[in-house]
Formats: sequence, C-alpha cells, structure tokens
Amino acid sequence: MDATIDSSGATGRIPIHQAKSIGGLSDPLFVGALWASGIFVLILLGLIIAQLFLGGLPALQEFGLDFLWTASWNPVTEKYGALVMIYGTLFSAVIAVVVALPLSFGIAFFLTEIAPQPLKRPIGVAVQLLAAVPSIIYGMWGFFVIAPLMAAYVQPPLIDLLGPIPVLGALFQGPPLGSGMFTAGLILAVMIVPFITAMFVETLESVPPMLKESAYGVGCTTFEVYRNVSVPYGRTAMVGAVMLGLGRALGETMAVTFVIGNATRLSASLFAPGATIASTIANEFPEAPIGSLKLTSLLQLGFILFVISFIVLALSRALVRSRLD
Amino acid sequence: MASLAARRAKDTTVKVVSTGFAVLAILLLAWILLTLVAKGLPALGLSVFTNVTMPPGQNGGLLNAIVGSLIQIAIALAIGGPIGIFAGTFLAENGKGTKIGSAARFVNDILLSAPSILVGLFIYQLLVVPFGGFSGWAGSLALAILVIPVIVRTTEDMLNLVPVGLREAAFALGAPQWKVVMMVTWRAARAGIVTGILLAIARAAGETAPLLFTSLGNNSWSVNLSKPMASLPIAIYQYAGSPFDDWVALAWAGALLITVGVLVLNVVSRLVLARSH
Repeated sequence: MDATIDSSGATGRIPIHQAKSIGGLSDPLFVGALWASGIFVLILLGLIIAQLFLGGLPALQEFGLDFLWTASWNPVTEKYGALVMIYGTLFSAVIAVVVALPLSFGIAFFLTEIAPQPLKRPIGVAVQLLAAVPSIIYGMWGFFVIAPLMAAYVQPPLIDLLGPIPVLGALFQGPPLGSGMFTAGLILAVMIVPFITAMFVETLESVPPMLKESAYGVGCTTFEVYRNVSVPYGRTAMVGAVMLGLGRALGETMAVTFVIGNATRLSASLFAPGATIASTIANEFPEAPIGSLKLTSLLQLGFILFVISFIVLALSRALVRSRLD
Repeated sequence: MASLAARRAKDTTVKVVSTGFAVLAILLLAWILLTLVAKGLPALGLSVFTNVTMPPGQNGGLLNAIVGSLIQIAIALAIGGPIGIFAGTFLAENGKGTKIGSAARFVNDILLSAPSILVGLFIYQLLVVPFGGFSGWAGSLALAILVIPVIVRTTEDMLNLVPVGLREAAFALGAPQWKVVMMVTWRAARAGIVTGILLAIARAAGETAPLLFTSLGNNSWSVNLSKPMASLPIAIYQYAGSPFDDWVALAWAGALLITVGVLVLNVVSRLVLARSH
C-alpha cells in the first residue's frame, strides 16, 4: 500500500487504476491459499477412504463380500473374516450408549435446571475434562483398576443371579474375567458422556424460556418441564448427540484394546472377551508383514470401520444441524 | 394425573438422582486422577527425565519418549497449524454459503470424530509402505491430520464471532483481503485461535493409535526423523502391558505426565477464552 501512495506523486491522490491493484500479487496468493486449505480438508476424507479401500482390495478379491459375515480369524489357515469384530464394535458401542444415555440426561438436567449458578461452570468443565483424558489412560485405568473390581465384586453376583434365567441369562455366562465386552462398554460410556452431555446442554439452553415458563405457569414441576417441554423441543438434536457418542465409541482404540480381552470368537455374553475392529487392528498389526493377506485384511477392516463411522457421524451431524440452522 | 404429592416426590427423586450422576462424573474424574497420582508419583523420579528407556531392571527413564513426543507434536503443529487456520478462515470468510464451503465443513466435522487409528493406517499406506519404513515424519504427519480438524473448527467458530462491521470498516479503507484477515479478523479472534492450537496440542499429545503404525516407537535415543521415533503414549502402551514391575511403574509415571499436561492445556485454553470475552 505504501508503494502505491509514493508513486501517486505530490498530489497525494491515488489514481483509480492504481488503487485497484493495492493488494498486488499478495492478495490473490493469500486468497488462493485460503481456498487451497479449504479444498485440502475437503479431499482429505476422500484420500483416507481411497487409501483404506485400495489397501484392503486384495482381501476383498480373495474373500469377496463373504469377508463381512465370516466369523473365523485364523492366521494359520489364512482365513479371515470381519464378523466377530463388527459384532464386537457394535456390541461394545451399544453398551456404551445404553449406559451413557441416562447419565447424560441426568447430568444435563442437573447442569441446566438444578445447579446453582456459581457451581454450573466448574462442574460443567469437570465433566468436559473427562473427554480430555487420553484414551490410553482410560485403557490403563480400566485394565489395572476397573477390570479387577469387576472380576471380584460385580461379575460373580450377576452371573449367579441372572445367569440361570432363560434367554436373558445368555448375557451373563462364562467366568468372571474382569475384562470383556461389558467392561469395555462401561469405559467407553465414561468417555462419551461428556460429548453427549455437552450437546444436550447446548440444545436445552436453546429452548425458548417462554415455552418453559408457560409450563411452569400451569403448575408443572421442574422435571415435568424438562421431560415434556425441553426434551421434546430439542429431540432431533439430542438424537444427533447420541449418534455422535455412538460414532465416538465405535472407533475408540486404546481404551478398548486394554480391557476387551482380545478374543476373536463370537459370544452373546456380556462378560466374554471379544474384539472390536479398532482393537484388532491395533493388536494384530505388529504380526502383519507388508504384502501379507493379514495386513490387507486389517486394512479392509479399517475400511469397514470407516464406512460405519461415516454413516453414524454423518447422520448425527444432519440431525444436529437440522435444529441449529 | 397423579396426585400433587406423588408428582413432587417424583420431581425430588429425579433431582436427587441427576445430582448424583453429576457427582458421579466428578468422582470418576477424581478417581482417575488419584489413581494416576498414587501409582505414577512414586515412580516419577529425576531419572524419568534424564535416562532413556532401558531393559527392565536398569533404572531406565522416558527421556527419548518425551523428546520424541515433543518433536512430533511440534512438526504436526507446524504443518497442521497453518493449514487448519487457513481452512478455518476459508470456512468463515470465502467459503461461506458456497457449496465447497459447506462440503468442507461437513468433511471437517466427520474428521473431527473419525477413528484416529484409521488416520494411522492411512499414513502407513501413504508413507510407510512406499518409503520402506516407520519414521518420525510419518508419525508427525499422522498427528498433523488429527490436529487440523480441531484447529479448523475453533478458528471458524471464533472468526464467526468477529463483528462483520470490523471487516467492512477495513475493506472500506481499501485494504486487500490479506490485510483485513491478518490485521483485523485474526487479531480480533486471537484468543480463540490460540485456544484451538492449545486444544490441538492436547489432542496430539495423548493420541496413541495413529502412532502405532507410523513412528512405531524406539527404545534407544534417536532424534532422526527418518527413523522410527519414540513417543510417550507408545512407551506407555508398551510398558503398561509388560510383565516387569519397573516398566509398569514407568508407564504410570508417563501416564501421569501426559494426563496432567493435557488437562492443564485444556483448563488454560478455557481460561484464555474466558478472559477474552
């Protein structure tokens, strides 16, 4: 800009044709960099999906779509299938959501309606810090602290009490190992509660005060207003929040790897060891040399996980945005 | 409808249970922290910072892992920071209302929550396989991809809070866009952008899964980015699962370091943001 003023001479006025080029070359460059960065983010997702798909292609050619519903994972016979891991991924994530949902409803109710103003922020931040604790720390805590407690105090009475019941009892079979689906699901629940709660609170705070006051005006209790006015008002976004929690739980790796037991066989029991897609990739990768069928099968698993996560996260986003926009 | 007494009782019950849930969440956080302090603090001697990882029983430390983590986080930020800030600026300024802008915002939201282990696999396929080996560069790039969405999201959100009038005033003075962005909008949203970077560091510091297939870990001293590089999370993962007591103790010491670091970064970023508003 200074250069342009200098060249305009003693009058101090900038001729219009010169004024137009004030930005010079720097502005197209800068704006170009902005666009390039935006487009880079846009294609990054495509690149990741393409690499995983291409990497897993040999496994797809070898096993075909049977890969999806084959339960065996046998490095000796080189027969690989994803069923056990897909089942484990969904099962552990569903346990997590089932446990996290009432907790999140309660904490969001507490934060929006009960907590005294000065306590609201510190408690909200403390809940959010649960999301900041790294995954591997949850893994260690789960492995060294929670799993032994589960094996000693939680699982034996549940197995004794509920195991003999027909049908339902299938969920409570096997030895109380401590690690397994249930423990993994519980740890995942603690990890996703902050995400779900934060979005619940955000949604609940956007409920028009007039609606709530009208309900109070006709004599509703705090809980009745929450249950019959606030939650129905934010329903769509809240379903989206739960989907986000589900999406997060599906792909969690380190915490699950420590506590799920890493057994590649199917079991209906909550207490049986299992495996998720992410934990299998983390565990089996060191024994999968470049070019091996095992490695391509792991990449194929990664591709499947990406597709599942993508669907859940995209759905979550659509639901949340539909309310906020 | 139930009697007033019954409705009141229900209301009170739900309030008590909800408060209990909130207390439970805080107790869980306290429990995790206390576990880390109880198991990590006794092992957290000076040798943790001065010695490199060694075979069991030889008083090893975590020096190479700590340095490796710092190097990889720094490179990840050097790469991901500018891209993230530029992409976030794009979303808040040029990309607003365009198809490319909303598509990029959608993709960024997905990347923010996508499983981090898949980013590791992606870099493995992209760099480790073709270039024939695990390396610090690969680990750094994997972390860069993980920090980008965090920075993009915070930058965009924070720039959206800057009043349009400020931009209009700057444009009206004849400033080109690079000047408006760098000297007006970025400056106005400085605290928010710094917050995003702090959160990105916190995320990169704790990520383990993407490093498993990229920088792999290294049990001897190495700052060569073309070779496998140690990192704190990988060292913890390796040691926590080992049968040696001194290794497990070191894993707890490392876990305490990472968690305290990450939580402090989170709290500081909130304070930076709170002070600016």
